[in-house]
Amino acid sequence: MAETMQFDLVSPERRVASLQVAAVQIPGADGDLTAMKDHAPLITTLRPGVLSVDGPDGEAKFVVTGGFAEISSAGASILAERAVPVEDMTQEIYHDMVKSAHEAHAKARETFQNEPGPVDDAAKLLADMVAMGDHIGISPPNL
Amino acid sequence: MPSLKDLKNRIESVKSTRKITKAMQMVAAAKLRRAQDAAESARPYAERFNAVLAGLAASVGDSDSAPKLLTGTGKDDVHLLVVMTAERGLCGGFNANIAKLAKNHAAKLKGQGKTVKILTVGKKGRDSMRRDYGDLFVGHVDLTEVKRVGYTDAQGIARDILNRFDDGEFDVATIFYSEFVNVVSQIPTAQQIIPADYDTADEGDSDGSTTLYDYEPDEEAILADLLPRGVATQIFTALLENAASEQGARMSAMDNATRNAGEMIDKLTIEYNRSRQAVITNELIEIISGAEAL
Repeated sequence: MAETMQFDLVSPERRVASLQVAAVQIPGADGDLTAMKDHAPLITTLRPGVLSVDGPDGEAKFVVTGGFAEISSAGASILAERAVPVEDMTQEIYHDMVKSAHEAHAKARETFQNEPGPVDDAAKLLADMVAMGDHIGISPPNL
Repeated sequence: MPSLKDLKNRIESVKSTRKITKAMQMVAAAKLRRAQDAAESARPYAERFNAVLAGLAASVGDSDSAPKLLTGTGKDDVHLLVVMTAERGLCGGFNANIAKLAKNHAAKLKGQGKTVKILTVGKKGRDSMRRDYGDLFVGHVDLTEVKRVGYTDAQGIARDILNRFDDGEFDVATIFYSEFVNVVSQIPTAQQIIPADYDTADEGDSDGSTTLYDYEPDEEAILADLLPRGVATQIFTALLENAASEQGARMSAMDNATRNAGEMIDKLTIEYNRSRQAVITNELIEIISGAEAL
C-alpha cells in the first residue's frame, strides 16, 4: 500500500470514520478531487455525493451532504452534515434527502423571484442529489 | 400531638416518596450517561467547524461584502433572546437559573432602550419567561415529543432563527443555555450567535495551524455556505449541553430529595417510637394506680 494519511469523517452527531487511508475521493463543490498524502492545504465545500476512501480494508464509500473538507499535508477531515455508509443507505433515507432538496428548491423559487442566484443553487443541490442516487443505484422518488 | 396512626401513615407516605425520588435519580443517572456520550461524540465536529470558521472569519474580516451573519446588520436595536430550557421540571434550579440569566439580560437591554424579542425552546422556560415578558414572545419551539435531540432538531431551530434574521426581525441573537461542567455544577451561559462571535484568538494555538489554505470556491462563498450551518452547530451544541445539564441537575436534586426523605423517616420513626412508649407508660400507670387504689 502506498503512503497513508489520516482520514476523519465526522457528522454533527458522531465520528463516522477515522482511519489511515491511501487516497480519498471527495465530491467538492467545484468538482470531484482526490486527496493523497502531502496534498496542498485546501478547504472546499461539499456537494451531495459519494465520498470514497481507499483504506486498509479496501474501498469504503459514504454518502455525504452539506459541509466541507479540510485537507492538509497530514490528512483529510471531512465535516459533513449527513454522512451515511453506502451500505446503510436505504431508499427511505434517500427519498427523505431528495424531498428536502425539493422543498428547498420550491421555497427558493418562491422567495427569490427576481434573483436567480439562490434558485440556481437550490436547483443544483437537487440535481446533485438525483445524480448521487443514480450513482449508488437508487431511483429518486416521484415528486 | 398526632396520633400513632397518623404518624404511621406519614412514615409510609414519606417512604414511598423516597422510593420515587430514588428511582428518578437512577433514571437520571442512566440518561445522563447517554447525554454525556452524545455531547462527547458531537465535540469533534463542533471544534473543527468552529476552528475553520474562525480562520475564515479572520481572513475575510471586515470587508464590505462579508456576509451579514458575520458582521451584523450594522445596528443593534433589536435583540432576539433564544432561551433554551428543559421540557420537564424536578431538576433543581436548572430551568430557573437559565430563565433568571435571560431575564436579567432582557431587563438590561430594555434599560438601554433596545427592543427585546424572545424565542423559547423548552416548555419550562416558556412558562417562566411568559410571566414577566409575555408580550415580547415571538415564538416557541416544542421538543416535548423529542426523546433524544438530534442534529435535525437543531437545524429546525436554526432555520427558524435564520428566516427571522433574513426578514430583518432582529439584529442580534443570543442563546441561553446551561453549560455542563459536572453533576453538581451547571453554569447558565449566554452566547451570541448572530452576528457570529468567533474567538479568533483561539484558532492560532489550537494545533499551531498557521497553514495557509487554498479555498475552493473562494473564501466568501465558503463562508456564506458555512455560517448558517455554524448557527445550527452552535444550537446543537447548546441543546446537547442542556440535555446533559438537565439530567445532571435532576440527578443531584433527586439525590438530595432521597436523602431528605431518609432523614425525615428517621425523625418520624423516633417520634413514633416515643409516642408509642408514652402510650404504654400511660396504660401501665393507669393499671398500677388502679391496683394501688384497691
